[in-house]
Amino acid sequence: MKATANLMARLRVCILAVFVCAVSALPAAAFEIKQVTSPGGVTAWLVEDHTIPLIAMNFSFAGGAAADPTDRRGLAHLLSGMLDEGAGNLDSAAYQARLNELAMRMSFGAGHDEFTGSLQTLSRNRDAAFGMLKLALSAPRFDARPLERIRGQVLTSLREDREDPETIAGAEWMRTIFRNHPYSKRAKGSAEGLAAISGDDLQDLTRRLFGRDTLIVAVVGDIDEQTLERLLDDTFGALPAKSQMPVVPKAAVSKGPIVTVVDRDIPQSVIRFGHASIKRNDDDFLIAYVVNHILGSGGFGSRLMEEVREKRGLSYGVYTTLYPLEQAGVFFGGAATVNARVSETMDVVRAELKRMAEDGPTAAELDQAKTYLTGSYALRFDSNRKIAGQLLGIQRENLGIDYVEKRNDMINAVTLEDVRRVAKRIIDADGLIFTIVGRPKAVQSSGNQG
Amino acid sequence: MLAEGQLGVAVFNRLNAIIMSAVVGLALVLATPDARALDVDVTHYTLDNGLQVVVIPDRRAPVVTHMVWYKVGAADEPRGKAGIAHFLEHLMFKGTDKVAPGELSKIVKRNGGQDNAFTSTDYTAYYQRIARDRLDLVMGLEADRMANLTLTDNDVIPERAVVQEERRSRTDNDPANLLSEQTVASLYVAHPYRKPVIGWMSEVQKLTRDDAMAFYRQHYTASNAIVVVAGDVTPAEVRTLVDKHYAPLANTAEPGERLRTPEPDPIAARRVQMADPRVATPTVQRYYLTPSYRTAAPREAEALDLLAHVVGDGTTSRIYRKLVVEDKIATFAGAWYDGNSRDYGTFGFYGAPAAGKTLEDVEAALEAVLRDVLANGITEDELARAKNAMLAESIYALDSQFRLATVFGSALAIGATIEDVQTWDDELAATTRDDIKAAAAKVLKIERSVTGLLKPAPRATAAAQPATTQN
Repeated sequence: MKATANLMARLRVCILAVFVCAVSALPAAAFEIKQVTSPGGVTAWLVEDHTIPLIAMNFSFAGGAAADPTDRRGLAHLLSGMLDEGAGNLDSAAYQARLNELAMRMSFGAGHDEFTGSLQTLSRNRDAAFGMLKLALSAPRFDARPLERIRGQVLTSLREDREDPETIAGAEWMRTIFRNHPYSKRAKGSAEGLAAISGDDLQDLTRRLFGRDTLIVAVVGDIDEQTLERLLDDTFGALPAKSQMPVVPKAAVSKGPIVTVVDRDIPQSVIRFGHASIKRNDDDFLIAYVVNHILGSGGFGSRLMEEVREKRGLSYGVYTTLYPLEQAGVFFGGAATVNARVSETMDVVRAELKRMAEDGPTAAELDQAKTYLTGSYALRFDSNRKIAGQLLGIQRENLGIDYVEKRNDMINAVTLEDVRRVAKRIIDADGLIFTIVGRPKAVQSSGNQG
Repeated sequence: MLAEGQLGVAVFNRLNAIIMSAVVGLALVLATPDARALDVDVTHYTLDNGLQVVVIPDRRAPVVTHMVWYKVGAADEPRGKAGIAHFLEHLMFKGTDKVAPGELSKIVKRNGGQDNAFTSTDYTAYYQRIARDRLDLVMGLEADRMANLTLTDNDVIPERAVVQEERRSRTDNDPANLLSEQTVASLYVAHPYRKPVIGWMSEVQKLTRDDAMAFYRQHYTASNAIVVVAGDVTPAEVRTLVDKHYAPLANTAEPGERLRTPEPDPIAARRVQMADPRVATPTVQRYYLTPSYRTAAPREAEALDLLAHVVGDGTTSRIYRKLVVEDKIATFAGAWYDGNSRDYGTFGFYGAPAAGKTLEDVEAALEAVLRDVLANGITEDELARAKNAMLAESIYALDSQFRLATVFGSALAIGATIEDVQTWDDELAATTRDDIKAAAAKVLKIERSVTGLLKPAPRATAAAQPATTQN
């Protein structure tokens, strides 16, 4: 079965630059996405490109760290570090030696809502590399010695995180907004959770997690459809048909204003701010994405970058982002400034968010955002690895195989009325949750009964 | 050792970090093994005004990467002006007669492009990634700021505050990076590589507009620049645009030879140690002064790359197998070689003790691995595996247009040639076990090294628990 989307989407850019004004007619992406389904029923999106002798594959299963058992926090993350530590008749050392010999790259990751994997291989080692992945997914060993080693590495990394200002700010902010929901916990888990995890727990998770019904696959590079169909069956065909992961409960989110100061004796305070927002499947998401770009995600030229960095020299970086999870969406941003100027930075952030919510973007800002967002879309598709990553994301969000083709038109269709309405809807300058790590001058936590 | 200018905030880089990223303070050198052997059809020429041009085809997507590399970095700074090369990199976005302050990045954005810049000890580079029919535009912008930078204190003073915040974010807020800075400063007794690229705070806070303009006038000129274009464009198309934008530029300065005080022969092993309450994991690291690819004897730098791979790169390396897997002395440990600077390279190893073990245990175990290599060399099998893995890296590099452009641009900027890049695989293939043994014997001497020890320290007062409530 094949479905084909022709991706010769056109950039319709009216150039506003001072130097040139020409209409561009470049394809955003000069490639074709094919949907390939193997005889065994495993589906993948494929972009064939034989220019360089490499193949990149990204895949995911539904269910991640948020589905960790409450007494086994860190289980999915630990699994991501254990899958290449021995499988089948290869112990850890033999498995690692074989990966090295094949010069293949394989990695796994546990997000809140999904478990992801990636594989890159030289064409000449293709079948052997896919075979190694199959072994990891279907016959992992979880031997005691590598388990203790990797567990020790995660514990070390958790200890380091407790001293890293950026990590503390991020984790504490998530804890504040999501309170007791699983999203409030670090994917890496806790020392207690990690201590409780056995090899059997990991085996049990692989049987529940690796179900073909939630498997999503994207493959890009030097491989044809027939070969991919065969490798899809070889690699994933023997996995259980159904995933058995628990459903993560809907998340209630804290409302601001809240200010939390985490005291650390460092010269510069790290600031995180934000509040609840919308999910990816919200009809306004793409409009919100444009609003956020204008406010704080676009680097130079974004309102926050201009006000915080360019005019006042308050921070090296300042950004905002939409972070949609499956059971809730949030919006957050960050900056870092010398302790004496934290209060000023917070005031500028509040003022800019208020201005955006009340007045929305200007027509010029909207036009500029559109030319950037549509014009730069092709930059996300200039390597096998990046294309595979994009195609996986598009599938996970159910955006459709023609999304790459339609996406710039959808951005161009956003109106000034849209962005003004949605800015008001999604930004709440008075309801911000601030987390500050450092020793900020004249800033205190907004209460003491913690 | 890049100090990246401009935007550097990686959203969620930490929340999603995976296990193997636990290496402290060595990230950049370890993260990107080199790929000089690149099977690509490179065009290279020099204009009458001295500007070099490199064109690298990559026709897979309708985009280009345009870079301008200046052969000047932190090691070329005048005394007392540490950080001026990097500060000037920031100020290069502050406009010309034609382009208002901050406008360049906005023009690039309005055309769907992305831009940024970075500074190292040996070079400063600016780049745009953009649709191929915008190459004309970005070349015009770069040529303009190569010749016509204008600065006012209105732009310079806030930007100096930004650079100070950048230093606090990168270095002062992170004890591992503070110790690395001290270790490097001790490794070089005389050579300017001892200075951090971002500069010492005491000097950064005094840098002025005049300092920046003087440095700009001395170093930013056609004969000191390399233009690299990678992407969906032909050499002929690039030539037309180069003739339009870069060829008319007069060569306005002669930066002269890059004279830097050479290191005296190392005679004293050095140790630096730092204790800080913010240290969660003690670590030991040792840097050895070595030749770079440019200054090494034939196959010597390749030998050091192969040696580092066998001894300390990844979970199949000798150090990881011995210290982490078998003897359980360390939580993580490894070794690396960085030969990509102009005058010197560095061979390094590092480790963090496992529960119940000390820094001294780890250091002794690391030394034992090196002693074994010095006495017995490596095996043919290890050599073959290392070559195989490193050559594969150069194929993976072909998947990144940005990386291709960077490999060639940085090579020329430090004084290597296109041919050096393209024959790297032959040199690597020809490197023998004897070459490796000889390189190890020459370089791995304690008097050539600095050992850095990072230790925890008690807090003066316990950090207050976060207090949270809702209003």
